[in-house]
Amino acid sequence: MYSGASNFVTTTDTAFAVIIGISMIFLVGITATMLWFVFRYNKKRNPVATQIHGSNTLEIVWTVIPTILVLVMFFYGWSGYAPMNRIPDDAMKVRATARMWSWLFEYENGIKTDTLYIPVDKAVALDLISVDVIHSLYIPAFRVKEDMVPGKTNKMWFIGQKTGDYELFCTEYCGLSHSYMFTEVKVLPQAEFDAWYARMADTTLQAQAAAANPGFKGKQLVQTNGCVACHSLDGNKLIGPTFKGLYGAEHTVMTGNDERTITVDDEYIKRSIYEPDADVTKGYTKGMMISYKTQLTDADVAEIIEYLKTIK
Amino acid sequence: MAEHNHTKHEPNYLEYQGKHKGLLGWLTTTDHKRIGLLYFYSMMTFFLAGVVMGLLMKFELISPGEQIMGAQTYNGLFTLHGLTMIFLFVIPGVAAVYGNFFLPILIGAKDVSFPRLNLMSWYLYIFGAIVVLASQFMGDGPPDTGWTFYAPYSLKTNTNVVAAVTGAFILGFSSILTGLNFIVTMHRLRAPGMGWLRMPLFAWSLYGTGWIQLLATPVVGVTFLMVVAERLLGIGFFDPAIGGDPILYQHLFWIYSHPAVYIMILPAMGAITEIIPTFARKTIFGYTAIVISSMAIAFVGYFVWGHHMFTSGMSSTSRWVFSLLTFLVAIPSAIKVFNWTATLYKGSINIQTPFLWAIGFIFVFMIGGFSGLVLGSLATDIHVHDTAFVVAHFHYIVFGGTGFAFFGALHYWFPKMWGKIYNTKVANLGLLIFFIGFNLLYFPMFYLGLMGMPRRYYDYLPMFENANVLSTVGSWIMATGLIIIIVNLVRARKGSGREIDNPWDGKTLEWTIASPPIVENFEEIPVVEHGPYEY
Repeated sequence: MYSGASNFVTTTDTAFAVIIGISMIFLVGITATMLWFVFRYNKKRNPVATQIHGSNTLEIVWTVIPTILVLVMFFYGWSGYAPMNRIPDDAMKVRATARMWSWLFEYENGIKTDTLYIPVDKAVALDLISVDVIHSLYIPAFRVKEDMVPGKTNKMWFIGQKTGDYELFCTEYCGLSHSYMFTEVKVLPQAEFDAWYARMADTTLQAQAAAANPGFKGKQLVQTNGCVACHSLDGNKLIGPTFKGLYGAEHTVMTGNDERTITVDDEYIKRSIYEPDADVTKGYTKGMMISYKTQLTDADVAEIIEYLKTIK
Repeated sequence: MAEHNHTKHEPNYLEYQGKHKGLLGWLTTTDHKRIGLLYFYSMMTFFLAGVVMGLLMKFELISPGEQIMGAQTYNGLFTLHGLTMIFLFVIPGVAAVYGNFFLPILIGAKDVSFPRLNLMSWYLYIFGAIVVLASQFMGDGPPDTGWTFYAPYSLKTNTNVVAAVTGAFILGFSSILTGLNFIVTMHRLRAPGMGWLRMPLFAWSLYGTGWIQLLATPVVGVTFLMVVAERLLGIGFFDPAIGGDPILYQHLFWIYSHPAVYIMILPAMGAITEIIPTFARKTIFGYTAIVISSMAIAFVGYFVWGHHMFTSGMSSTSRWVFSLLTFLVAIPSAIKVFNWTATLYKGSINIQTPFLWAIGFIFVFMIGGFSGLVLGSLATDIHVHDTAFVVAHFHYIVFGGTGFAFFGALHYWFPKMWGKIYNTKVANLGLLIFFIGFNLLYFPMFYLGLMGMPRRYYDYLPMFENANVLSTVGSWIMATGLIIIIVNLVRARKGSGREIDNPWDGKTLEWTIASPPIVENFEEIPVVEHGPYEY
């Protein structure tokens, strides 16, 4: 279906073909032999069994042949994998961060996205970071997968060989919204990628856009920090309260064991981002959100507040 | 002859009244046969509960979006399904039920070496089960970690992980003590004349299993204690935020949990090895080869755990070494399949229900085994690791393998255990429906995995829908077959039946004694003069 989408597809699919092919021959062969014996040596056709205790020759044959075959399979699997481990020096570097339950991609020029943009036919190397639990970055079409383990940096690389959009899943179970933790890889022609890359990094352009649209910067922050994985924009109840109509609303919150009613204002939003468990809106679970103290500055929070005001 | 007629009236193990009567008599029994049945009834209860959970999960997955439950409920459900099926059904599995009931009989003994310890193992099993299930109702709600309890998620989630791992820790002792009991029994209590190479192959498979239980289970026990300590005291074994290493958890967990797969499957292979010669009317082909292969699986099985971690960021060296060893452990399993098939050659095959289960076992076990090769190979595992492909593989091995053997053994030994026979036509029909449903349920998951659908998914993209619908329909067909099978057996158990000591004309020692057996199995300890399958 995605034949040739990355540089690893051919080798991996060859390994699949070799292993599944040999397996099918044996599965069909043994099943047919078994059924034939059941038919041919049925007690009606063969009333008296011939007692055969075994055969050393046969035991050796059916030990040696499968051993050779599995070594062949091992070889194809290993040789398909080995290049995944050799990252080219000139690869474009992207830092991929996973957190419950969203993705962040940071490029060398400092731009941040929640979708992975890459140029076609260019080696891309990902540094895989997790800020909370284990996630796993999986692009089925590319045949690549590597876990994102908190406390260490795993690596992965590939070359997108065909332009297009491909699914990117989290494959390590990571809690409530694991099955919603997916995004896309967009493989763009080099020129298109370059234009996008420059536009995103152009501070003047970004500033103009920010001036024209209140909350523009806040919206970017909300997207790249994965807030919308848990806080919907359309009023749906997800893991946390929806952002729709949030600013200025009255909420009943639990502060420790005390219930109190507050108005969602600048102060409350800031505290909720820095100390999510301090006041938890009634009906929602404590401990679901990490503190963003180290990731968002006061200025960032102010931008987010400007954006929240626009979601009515 | 006169004496034989006299002893016919000796009470069988079901009728026997010791110091206590009725239920209390069962709960204080040290008779290995009664303990086997205690395991049987408790395990069947858990198994059926696990089946219902599986059906609910499959129903939820019939199409994208929410059907009958929310994500948190689903995550709790697949965790409980895994805990129940793995720790309460397949790990004790064939060994706890048929091993307890038949091991002493197969080697010509009156009981296991330590009958009281044997009863204690059952109590530990029940106690562990209660603690695991209590996790559903205590504290902050059902655990949602999956049965693997991967750190650091299992350390961060608010749900009641401590109770669940404590329960699994207790269950481990039940397993260790059963393994120890069986090993000692085989060393000490074989009947006169029964040399090691005259032991039935089911006994041999329990011997290999016993050593795995004894040596591997303590590792997971310690690991679970570390999880409890970390959750309660914040020690920092596994959570990198406080200096721990999540990869360490995976190593420790799989050092046990991979051999545990052989705890599940070895006795199953052993039971199949008993069934095949009986219905082929022929001695087993390659007795010694099967013994060696069982021991080789038990031994090499310790050294392949890393294949669960090919995407964890392990060194390249450990990836290829574990891949190579994984391929090597496939060979003894292949040898068994070849020997089973060769046993049929020039046999005089009597096609009965247990034999059909055995053939079904070989077929689904082969699919499970071959798909394991895909997972043992590095490049292909990278693609299908943690996808529905793994779920399919695992269910083909553990449900297709151990489950088929469990029911095959049940149909094989049912007349011996209860002295009654079931309706074989209904039994065969049940098996046929079950077999079709089983394959329809799990085979599409191979396809889903190859297409890239991750496992433990509450919801999925529309591209995965068709295969999921097939799978869900398969679950209904399989459940129908299962109901037929169970109703048929319950009716046979309740019916009057006719007592037959040897309905299949088997040659191993259990077929030389009364059905149901008397309390200490043999009127006189037999003297063994030849191998177990001499026709």
